[in-house]
Amino acid sequence: MAQTTSLAENMSSSQSITLRIARYNPEHDSTKTFMEFQIQYEKWTTVLEAILDVKKHFDHSVAVRYSCRQATCGSCGMIINGKPRLACFTKISELNSNIITVEPMNNFPIIRDLAVKFERLFDTHHKVKPYLIRDDTEISTNTKEFLQSPEELEQYIQFSNCIKCGLCNSACPTMATDSSFVGPQALAQAYRYVADSRDKGKDDRLKILDDSHGIWRCHFAGSCSQVCPKGVDPAMGIQLLRGYMLGFRS
Amino acid sequence: MTKPDEHKEGIGGMINPRRYGIERVAYLLMRLSGLGLLAYFIGHIYETSSILKGQVGWNEFLELTQTNTGHAILAIVIAMCVFHTVNGIRVMLGHGGVGVGKPARPDYPYIPASQNVRHKMGIYSAIILAAIAMMYGLAVMLGE
Repeated sequence: MAQTTSLAENMSSSQSITLRIARYNPEHDSTKTFMEFQIQYEKWTTVLEAILDVKKHFDHSVAVRYSCRQATCGSCGMIINGKPRLACFTKISELNSNIITVEPMNNFPIIRDLAVKFERLFDTHHKVKPYLIRDDTEISTNTKEFLQSPEELEQYIQFSNCIKCGLCNSACPTMATDSSFVGPQALAQAYRYVADSRDKGKDDRLKILDDSHGIWRCHFAGSCSQVCPKGVDPAMGIQLLRGYMLGFRS
Repeated sequence: MTKPDEHKEGIGGMINPRRYGIERVAYLLMRLSGLGLLAYFIGHIYETSSILKGQVGWNEFLELTQTNTGHAILAIVIAMCVFHTVNGIRVMLGHGGVGVGKPARPDYPYIPASQNVRHKMGIYSAIILAAIAMMYGLAVMLGE
């Protein structure tokens, strides 16, 4: 199905691409189909802007989740030309293709079209206890906050950048076949807290992850790190976490 | 196991080596070589069990490995063995957190430290060594 847009007719330097959007409603569709739209774009136009352009001018029923439009909320993850990316963080001009295909993220149940369910990602995230665990608290009278050196901060600050967009879980080859695998997002967050000098919950977390569908199912393919839009590098976190379990780190 | 409504990529997505660089190629080769060596191991047990048929039975079976097909299979087994060993050492070191880089505040464009040149060199070394070993094995088997 081909349609033509005139969104950027008033733009002088715009070019045209074909945007293919996956359409699928699990309630009444048996297979995924694609709708094609001709879109005008500028060098700064993002894929999300192109999708919103389609919603505004041609088909408002296209389902897509988005919020901040600046790679902070982690809502607009999708497969763009075969790879998981944030739609708001991917410029059409950097894809070097005249055809842009957008599909829902793999390894997540589809709500409709490009929107997927995040329940399992949040469940596994909660499973690794993503908070500081210790007996005392810094919120009490006559005490100071928990102090930390810059070196101690460096151990985990990278992993606290996670925006829970799910791109890492979508790229992971283990997630592709194992419904019970805890996933790179949760494993990296487990490392984030284990490496925090203020935290005392290392043993609790390692016990949770010491499972056949836990940390041992990661085979260090590294795809999670390649697609992370925030530089979290989950593969590094997982291997360092496994280093604790194997006795390489203490 | 996967459930039908989960929109999993499945085996096809797991073994697709085209999207994520040499690391994903190594991931696929590691699985293929592992399965190949397992198949060879089973075949090897079957082959050596032919000794129960006496010396004649043993020699008859051994002749099968002296054909062109037998040589080709053995050459592939040598390549799989070398790749699986060398890449396995790389992966095992990585699993212990060795050579995966140090955590640091990331700067755009966010090049992952765990996908560093040491690991890429390890993967290319495994592939090159496997190719050299296979060629050497063929040269020995073919008597050149």
